[in-house]
Amino acid sequence: MPQIGRNERVRVSLTLDGKKVSGLAEPRMLLSDFLRQQLSAGAVHVGCEHGVCGACTIRVDGRAVRSCLMFAVQAQGCDIETAAGLAGEDGELDALQKAFRKNHALQCGYCTPGILMSVTSFLDSNPDAGEDELKDMLGGHLCRCTGYVGIMRAVLEYAAARRA
Amino acid sequence: MKPKPFDYVRAETLDEALDALARHGADARILAGGQSQVAMLNFRLIETEVLIDITRIEALDYIRIENGALEIGAATRQSDLKDWPGLAEKVPMLHAALPFIGHVQTRNRGTVCGSIAHSDPSSELPLCLAVLEGEVVLRSKRAERTLKAADFQLEMLTTARAPDEMITAVRFPLGDASAGHAFDEMNRRRGDFAIVSLAAVARQDSVRLGVGGVAGTPKVRNWSELRTGDIDEALNAFAWELGGHDDIHGTARYRRELVRRLGRQVIEEARSCRR
Amino acid sequence: MLSASARFTDDMPLRAGTLHAAVLRSPHAHAEIVSIDTTAAEAREGVVAVLTGADVKDVTTPFLIVVKEPMDQWCLAVDRVRFTGEAVAVVVAQDRYIAEDAVDDIAVVYKPLPAVISPLDAAKDGAPLVHEAVGRNVVSVREFTYGDPDRAFAEADHHVDLTIDYPRNSQTPLEGYVVVADYNRQDGVYDILSNFQGPFTVHPVMARALCVPGSRLRMRTAPFSGGGFGVKQAIFPYVVMCAVAARKVGRPVKWVEDRLEHLTAAIAAPNRVVRVEAAATKDGRVTALRYDQLDDYGAYLRPPMPGPLYRQHGVMTGPYDIPNMAITNRLVMTNKTPSGMVRGFGGPQSFYALERVMHRVAEVAGLDRLEVIRKNLVPADAFPYRACGGALLDSGNYQKAVDIAVGKGKLAALMKRRDAARKEGRLYGIGMAAVSDPAQSNMGYLSTIQTAEERKKSGHKGGNISFATVNMEPLGAISVTADSIPQGQGHATVLAQIVADQLGVPPDRITVNTEHDTHKDPWSIATGNYSCRFSSATAVACHKAAVEIRAKLARIAAQRLNVKAADIDFADGMVFARNNPGNALKLHRVAGVAHWQPGELPEGMEPGMRATGVWAPPELEPPNDQDQINTSLTYGFVFDFCGVEIDRDTGQVRIDKYVTMHDSGTILNPLLKDGQTYGAFAWGVGCALMEEFVYGPKGEFLSGTFADYLPPTIHEVPEPELYHLETPTTLTPLGAKGGAEGNVMSTPVCLANAVCDALGLENINLPMTPAKISALIHGEEPARPDTSTDKAGAGADRSRALTGQGSHTVPAAPEQVWAALIDADRLAAVIPGCHELELVGENEYRALVTLGVGPVSGRFKARVKLSDMKPPDAVTLSGDLAGPLGASSGSGRVRLTGVAGGTRVDYDYEVEITGRVAAIGGRMLDGAAGVVINQFFRRLTKRIHGADKTGDAGQLPFWRRLARKLGFGG
Repeated sequence: MPQIGRNERVRVSLTLDGKKVSGLAEPRMLLSDFLRQQLSAGAVHVGCEHGVCGACTIRVDGRAVRSCLMFAVQAQGCDIETAAGLAGEDGELDALQKAFRKNHALQCGYCTPGILMSVTSFLDSNPDAGEDELKDMLGGHLCRCTGYVGIMRAVLEYAAARRA
Repeated sequence: MKPKPFDYVRAETLDEALDALARHGADARILAGGQSQVAMLNFRLIETEVLIDITRIEALDYIRIENGALEIGAATRQSDLKDWPGLAEKVPMLHAALPFIGHVQTRNRGTVCGSIAHSDPSSELPLCLAVLEGEVVLRSKRAERTLKAADFQLEMLTTARAPDEMITAVRFPLGDASAGHAFDEMNRRRGDFAIVSLAAVARQDSVRLGVGGVAGTPKVRNWSELRTGDIDEALNAFAWELGGHDDIHGTARYRRELVRRLGRQVIEEARSCRR
Repeated sequence: MLSASARFTDDMPLRAGTLHAAVLRSPHAHAEIVSIDTTAAEAREGVVAVLTGADVKDVTTPFLIVVKEPMDQWCLAVDRVRFTGEAVAVVVAQDRYIAEDAVDDIAVVYKPLPAVISPLDAAKDGAPLVHEAVGRNVVSVREFTYGDPDRAFAEADHHVDLTIDYPRNSQTPLEGYVVVADYNRQDGVYDILSNFQGPFTVHPVMARALCVPGSRLRMRTAPFSGGGFGVKQAIFPYVVMCAVAARKVGRPVKWVEDRLEHLTAAIAAPNRVVRVEAAATKDGRVTALRYDQLDDYGAYLRPPMPGPLYRQHGVMTGPYDIPNMAITNRLVMTNKTPSGMVRGFGGPQSFYALERVMHRVAEVAGLDRLEVIRKNLVPADAFPYRACGGALLDSGNYQKAVDIAVGKGKLAALMKRRDAARKEGRLYGIGMAAVSDPAQSNMGYLSTIQTAEERKKSGHKGGNISFATVNMEPLGAISVTADSIPQGQGHATVLAQIVADQLGVPPDRITVNTEHDTHKDPWSIATGNYSCRFSSATAVACHKAAVEIRAKLARIAAQRLNVKAADIDFADGMVFARNNPGNALKLHRVAGVAHWQPGELPEGMEPGMRATGVWAPPELEPPNDQDQINTSLTYGFVFDFCGVEIDRDTGQVRIDKYVTMHDSGTILNPLLKDGQTYGAFAWGVGCALMEEFVYGPKGEFLSGTFADYLPPTIHEVPEPELYHLETPTTLTPLGAKGGAEGNVMSTPVCLANAVCDALGLENINLPMTPAKISALIHGEEPARPDTSTDKAGAGADRSRALTGQGSHTVPAAPEQVWAALIDADRLAAVIPGCHELELVGENEYRALVTLGVGPVSGRFKARVKLSDMKPPDAVTLSGDLAGPLGASSGSGRVRLTGVAGGTRVDYDYEVEITGRVAAIGGRMLDGAAGVVINQFFRRLTKRIHGADKTGDAGQLPFWRRLARKLGFGG
């Protein structure tokens, strides 16, 4: 049974966007801070640290969750995905990112990576989700720039393309 | 904001968790989904010496039917319950209530038992537990005991759990075929804490109505016979009894108004979907 | 940005050894700082320094302010705090976690002072003073008269009079403030990386506070910013705070604002109380307006405040032809977070009043609302039109815009829909609003706060200067830099497009860098991202630079192709003779000449291929002697209408249909323009229905989380129908007006007008929450049935002070209960979580307690006083608590009555709770106070009961014990 003292910094190893990586964390370090500060995961954005805004949303073992509401030590051995893993090695955007660009679904871009993770996670488990369900999923994210219009268009377009 | 320091224990079995609880007692807290607790730790509203993480105890991650009840283990996520294929048929109230809980992103991590342990006055699952007369299974190194919802829920954020105990499972009685169920809540933004939440179970002539968000714990009222013409009067009496309170989202009066008006809606809906 | 390689300020690399800051903030709205003890914080491992107001006072001066009154503000509070959340101390430590631990270690003793929260209260004689040295809270009053409003009112058929109380809100960008400050001792330069968004009028303010010339304050920005909306202007006190800290510790200091800090203390658009009157003829022609505006700036006047009160001054008549107007502007200080720039910048407040009163004019005159709007709009043939306040509306066709909206948006069908809904007994209403959408502010608008005489003395101010640079490299690569400091509006895209159009290359060939560095890039006081400044300012400067480069290239090419420069054209990376496209050169070859062959350039041409466009529109003149001011360069037009339905049971407003019509001049990029409109609309919906910074009566802040301050989600924001008319402005070469603010001004009032229509209300204030609507539609509450058991406090909707009452029966005689209440040892046992209790004066105790509900608890220092003692019948307990979670004060009257089986203890209490726990836990405060008080009485019961069993109560006669306690023998 792993036990970690409050002042101990332990090595946390995990898979980040397909690569095995590790960093040091004390028990109280938030997963969001760990990913950003120890693993340079710039696609994790911190917006509220109380689980409401959704900017820090990542996928943990496939599921979209708030990384500000998890501790780094809890992610030991987990498969973590962030929006940085969507684009190809050559930087080519994936279909969801392209749909976001085409539909002007982002302005400042701060909320975007979290939304991308919710969308891919949700459609992986609900490939036939309709507009209402997609809206419900997007309800877990705050965007202050776009009024959600472009986001909804992009997500609908992407969901339809995936089904096709 | 960032949490205060704490020691971390990752329990891999129930025994390990109970050992750690026995050792640390009131100095320790169980960490399950953490969707309320971690936010409160971040705000430093909660401080704890030790966090015992039970999310990896596989034996506690289950949904099963046993002795006429749906039993849900302490590591089971709200999403898993929501997506459990038999839910609408077995416990229709939970099927109705789960979509109201936070968002898919928080349900993906939040646990059913964690929500009940946290006992937020506005939460959906404690209300379901109360109105369905469910049970909470508490384990410590000393013993196991089972408490009825009414005996478990004491005050706002306060339960009958002893410091060395943890919830290992909750049990919701299976819906009987003759009953109708309805759940609704009012909030200013979908997925937020309810200003008032309501759950109704209708049988033959009787109605059982639970209300969350107006008192420290869910409040339940039974009417063995409630004629349509008497609903308003009954709800008005109940609303006044509950009283309600003011906060920035609604006044006490508004809460009573919701008890009267949404109360009627959920009762009628429950009656209409009686099988 | 989508490739997730976007670099926001918090992502930027840090110099090795960078330290992290956390800020201690005041839990009180108004208090004297008696003492600050930082010893424990400084002793904590990992802490490098703790700074307080005293440190700041040593090395900085107070921030310059617009009004000449003694209202000193420093980056950390000096001697006194004036709003909940004011920065009191800053800890610099090796990481943020440790810095926050140390913040909790700092012990501040406050002496709370009376706070004033409502602007109306603050403006009254005898109100508590926010700044004693000023001697009053209303720190500026100016009256303006345009035309002859008195006569117009005297002659009017109708006189409409409304009072609006516009709430506090903000668009709250998802990325908070981030500052990284460094100080170079060798050259004395403060080097600041931050997400400051301008205007750079604030740069001299910061430099002066730091006591350095501007050249020694280097401000840099990162490539991307996570939303601005004006809000990031108010980062400047923290820039100074981090600069001072970096200088003190000799290492870079980074501070990242968290959400609680942002909501509590960053900024709010000023709340405003406006009395607005309109004079109208029988047929609905409005002949005069009268505004009496009381704008609330909170605790400090941060430059460029009071901008919102004057930003729309020239266009307070909106898109209407109203020849007479009187304005009284009063600026009031209260114990709230300082106000600041937020999208719309005074427009939402101003146009809410105007469009509410226009709606009322139609109702009072018994006319169709659309007809009243149409009748008063500036006629299409009247442009350029000089509004009576001074705005120069250069172009437009408002009637045509309205016609298009009404036709394409199907207003007639909406009317039918409303009628049908009403027939079914549903609550359905239609709202309309027409507003001016001003862009590119006149930097002299704020000087309207001075009299003409004062302006003469201080020098006339006006204008708005912008810069952009286009550079072509020897191999033809093109890059652009500009002074717009974008926050996600897509400025880079538009700039690339402008340059690409001039030079005949695809936009993706052009590299735009909008990072800014005051040490290297051209900037002016107007530099920044605010007031829709981009399309009519920076874009124009960029256009000018691109035109200059094009002309230069054309001249070089003309020489080589043997044609006139005027006959040269650009396309597909080629430069060619228009009449003979085969006669062509590659673009990069032409550019190369300016780099490689300076000797072969046409006569008089300078070598190199770089041009900086400067744009300063002449129409932005200083205010004239009649106080008329052209507050903006361009004025777009927005007309909205909508249908809303109100749920009869819950009071929730649902937007059924929303149509918005924009004339923003030439649209530079439709996708980006529409994106701005949708975003502005969403915030407009938030302001109308959900968003408000809420304060308790004593200034306790109650909206500290995104579950209390409510930005709308996708569920609450429908997609509006969007229509365009393009009437190019004649004032800029591109023809574009601003277009990013319109709906933050039109949407709140359009929705309010619809709700008033649905409910038959004369007026309503924002936000239109379900509880507020419920109170309006649900009439008198059904009576409490006699049979229901009495429940404390249930009958009255209380003010927000927490009050309660209760009753417990204790199985002991009143004397025994009394003894427990007044005996220190017993009181210690009864007070929940009491660690220590000492008698510090007659019936006065000091205690250390751990208080809370369930898992939420904190340690507090408590003072308890017993007074008004009537042994053994009644006593008043009063006192206060203070700890990292917040502060509380309150009092309760306890009455003891002997009853069968013991004593009935009746009590009532009133408590105020402020600080973190109030900002976060407001939802549960009321209940929690009750729980804690119940704990007290439960323990009292238990204690006395237990004591009876062990027989240690009542050993000494009660009166002797009391006498001993009071110190006179026994």
